[in-house]
Order: sequence, then C-alpha cells, then structure tokens
Amino acid sequence: MSAALLYALAGAALFAIGLAGLLLQPHLLRKILAFNILGSGAFLILVGLGQRDGTADPVPQAMVLTGIVVAIAATALALALARQLLDLTGQMRLPEDRPDAEPVDD
Amino acid sequence: MTDFLDPLPWLIVLPLAWGTLAFLLGPGRGGRLAVAAIALQGVLALQLAGQLIDSGARVYAVGGWGASLGIDLMADGLAAVMLLLTQAVALPLAVYARGYFAAHPKGRALFWPMTGFLLAALNALFLSADLFNIYVTLELLGLAAVGLVAIAGGRQPVTAAMRYLFATLLGSSAYLLGVALIYGTYGSVSLVVLTPLIHSGAPLAVTLAAALMLLGLLLKTALFPFHFWLPPAHGGAPAPVSALLSALVIKATFYLVLRLWLELFAPLTTVAAAQLLGVLGAAAILWGSVLALTQSRLKMLVAYSTVAQVGYLFLLFPLATLVPPDAADSAVQGGVMQAVAHGLAKAAMFATAGSMIVATGRDDIGHLGGIDTRLPLTLFSFGLAGVTLMGLPPSGGFSAKWLLLSAALETGQWWWVVVMIVGGLLTAAYVFKVLRRAFLPVAEGDHVARVPRTLEFSAFALALAAILLGLFGAPLLDLLAIGRAA
Repeated sequence: MSAALLYALAGAALFAIGLAGLLLQPHLLRKILAFNILGSGAFLILVGLGQRDGTADPVPQAMVLTGIVVAIAATALALALARQLLDLTGQMRLPEDRPDAEPVDD
Repeated sequence: MTDFLDPLPWLIVLPLAWGTLAFLLGPGRGGRLAVAAIALQGVLALQLAGQLIDSGARVYAVGGWGASLGIDLMADGLAAVMLLLTQAVALPLAVYARGYFAAHPKGRALFWPMTGFLLAALNALFLSADLFNIYVTLELLGLAAVGLVAIAGGRQPVTAAMRYLFATLLGSSAYLLGVALIYGTYGSVSLVVLTPLIHSGAPLAVTLAAALMLLGLLLKTALFPFHFWLPPAHGGAPAPVSALLSALVIKATFYLVLRLWLELFAPLTTVAAAQLLGVLGAAAILWGSVLALTQSRLKMLVAYSTVAQVGYLFLLFPLATLVPPDAADSAVQGGVMQAVAHGLAKAAMFATAGSMIVATGRDDIGHLGGIDTRLPLTLFSFGLAGVTLMGLPPSGGFSAKWLLLSAALETGQWWWVVVMIVGGLLTAAYVFKVLRRAFLPVAEGDHVARVPRTLEFSAFALALAAILLGLFGAPLLDLLAIGRAA
C-alpha cells in the first residue's frame, strides 16, 4: 500500500468519525470538535493524495493552510453561538425547533 | 482601459472595503455608505456585462500572477447574470434596511458589516475560476449568512443560526472532500484545466467526488429533503436579512450546482441522476407549498415558499440532461430565469412581510386586517411578488415557467408539467391566504401603524422588477448565452 493511499484512508476514517459525531452527538462542544475532526480528515486527504512520487506538492499544502484558517473562523463563530445559546437556554444542546411556539418578538 | 479600473476585482474589493469601514464606524453605522457603494457595484456589474456582450467571456489574473501560482477570476454570461441579480436585489434591500432598522433597531448593530461581507462573498463566488477558491467563498458566504441570522439575538434566531451553521459546514466539508479527491486524481483545481480532463471513463474517485460536491451543495441550497434548516433560519431573522438569504444566498449554491453539472461533470451525468434531482425538486414544490399553507406566521409562510420555489430550480436538470440541445437551452434559460425572478420576488415578499410586521407589531397572518387601507402599496407589492411566484403572465416567473414547460413538452416529459401546474395552484393558495386576511377590516384591539415610505417604495421596486423581467427579460437570456457555447 502506497503512502498516499494510507494517508487518504486515514483521512477518510477521520472524516467518517467526524461526520458521525456531528450528526449523533447532542452536546454542542462535541459537535464543534467533531466538525474539526471532519475537516482534518478532508485536509489529510488533500495533502496525502496531493504528493507526487513521494515528494510533497506545495499547492495542496497552501490550500490546507487556507482551509485551517477557514476552520478556525468557523469554530470561533460556532463557539460564540454556542455560548449565546447557553446564556439564553441554559443548555449546551440544540433545543427542539418549534418556531410556531415562540412568542413573536419581531 | 487601464487595469486599475477593471470592474472585475472591484466587485469583490468594494463590498469588502465598505463592510470593514461600516464595522469601524461603529454599531449600526454605515447604511448610507452601503447604499452608495452597492449602487456603484451595480454600475460595475453593468459595465462587466457590457464588456462580455462586446468581447465574450473574460479572465482576470489577480495581482497579475495568473494560475496556478496566483488566483484567476472568470466571468461568463451565467456569472454576469448572477452578479446583476445580486446587485439589483441588494440595492433596494439596502434602502429598505435603513428604514427598517430605524423603525426596528433589533439586530441593527452588525447588519451593515455582515451584509458587506456577504455581498463580497457572493460576488467572489460568482467570479471564481477554480474549485478551491469556490470552497473559500462558500465558507465566507456561509459564515456571513449564519452571522446575519443570529444578529437579532433571542432564543429562536440563535438556535436557527446554530443549526444553519452545522448544516452549512457539513455541506462545505463534503464539497472540500470532493475537491481533495479531484486534486488527488488530476493535480489541478482549475475549472478550465479540469473540464477537458474529465470524461465518461473517469476513475471511480472522480464520480465519488462529483457526488460529494453535489450533495454538499444541495444541503446548502436547502433542496428537499435537506430543507430542515431553512425555514427557522429565514423565518426568524430580521426581514432585510431574510430577504437577502432567500433571494441570493441559496441561489449562489444553486449556481454552483448548475455550473458543475453543465460543465465540469457533464460527461458523468446520467438520466437517472437528473431525474432524481427533478423528483426532489417536485417533492420540494409540493411539500414546501403545503407547509406554507399551514403556517400561521407570515415570515414562516414566506420561508416555506422559498423551500417550494427552490424545487422549480431543480426541474431544469431532467429537462437539460442528455436531451436535444434546443430543449436543454430552453431548460437552462428557464432555470436561470426562475432564479432571477424568484430572487427579485422573494426579496420583495420578505420586505413587504417585514413592513406588515412593523405595522401590525406582530408576525401573525391572523392579524393582518386593515393592511389594505393603511399599507396599500405594500400589499400591492406583495401581490405582484405573488404573481411572479405563481408564474402568471407577464411576470418573470411566467417566462421562467414557460421556458421550463416548453422544454418539458419538447422532451416528452409531461409529468414535470403536472408538477408545475399543481405547484402554481398551491402557490396561489398561500398567496391568497395572506391577501384575504389583509383585506379584512382591522380586528378589535389591533392597531395598524403606518410605516416609513422608504419601506414601501423599496419593496415595490423589487416587486416591479420581477414583473418587468417578464416583459424585458430577453437581453438577460442573450447575456446568459455568452461563453456557454464553447
């Protein structure tokens, strides 16, 4: 098995773990962590498959660097929203969605 | 023309600049700046469209570097149409938002910076020439949109924003995984380089990549059954935000689905996959319309109407895939026309809904009595927008549905005609549900206040544009044809 394929398979496994966490974990912090694992899986595939004959290709590395910045921004926004939700509901999970039951505040 | 005055990069730099400036000016400031800057963006988009009509599709190398070291921007007819739509919707909405937030300050603090970033992301997305750049713009767009949903605070909007954030992040991660597989196979992310490389015998990884990217984008476009996040997010945000999100943000991901389907992954598309997209579209039309009918809150009704109208966009795929070129052209024109018509009409509808909510002090269809005498122009605009959504002549919605219908008849796929007709009737039902209430006298204990005239006239401008699109939409279709022949 080539190194590239090994990286790619590990990335796919991380992506799957992250996906499961994002969908199944009710706790918001766990969801946010799961998203980061999912993203890391995609980055690993990008860098792993991107190498040519064992030498690293700089282009996917630059892309992953950009991707990490994006992921940090997304994580920060997610944490800020989770914090707000905790303040508003006292819970670190998504409440049941009942828009009709909500008192109208518009 | 010197490079410095090229409209292409300025369409991205300008909203980014005024968004940042609005943030630095302080909470709630920068509205006038935004209106002026968006007007300028509109001029730039028109200038770019003029250049395309004169000399065909364009490429711009950012900073003079050029791919693959630098980033290329690309503009063809489809991109130009979407850019025109974006500025045409944003300008009246910016005027509207100034009036709306003056009357209703909740959520005003960060509206202008976020809107600047949102428009920059939209313009950049339409001009992107490579798959990775598209990923970055998708994320920028998603983060700005989620931020806008949450700006008003409160339990329901923040919950909706959180759910929207997870949905949009999942969508773009799936897209990124697809990009990784494509890069691993071909060593490039440039659309121009990749398009000739992908053929029907492409490796399995490429088919998998195509499926992942399309799935991610469908989730972000809120196509049935991925629509769960849309109604609370669009229905819970302040009215100008709802209008921006429903009119433009979901169109951006639809634009990408269309571009990938017709260009990059065209050799991989199958009739079965196209029919599946059509079936999901049909299900969205029926399910969204029925749920819109059952809503008691006005903005939720309009939000479910978006779920339904997104369905029409996806009817173009079975009508444009592996069929004679004439029918395919007509289907694509119909789909894009629907995107433009819905963009204008839905912005008008959310704006008028916002005015009615400001006037009655609550978001409840049961308490709209008296709107007809107090806000006649607003109600008229709501009706005009409804005419476009129903697809009645002479609106842009009629042209769109006519083009889709003729493609359906030409390719012998009569079942989509049935879906469109039933969808039109259901749309009429939920529009009249609102109109009927609005023509009742003011209920006892209710008070209908007047709203600022800017609210009424900006919404009317949007609704009128959606109607005029049906009468004068032909140049838009000529513009759309640029660059697609190659």
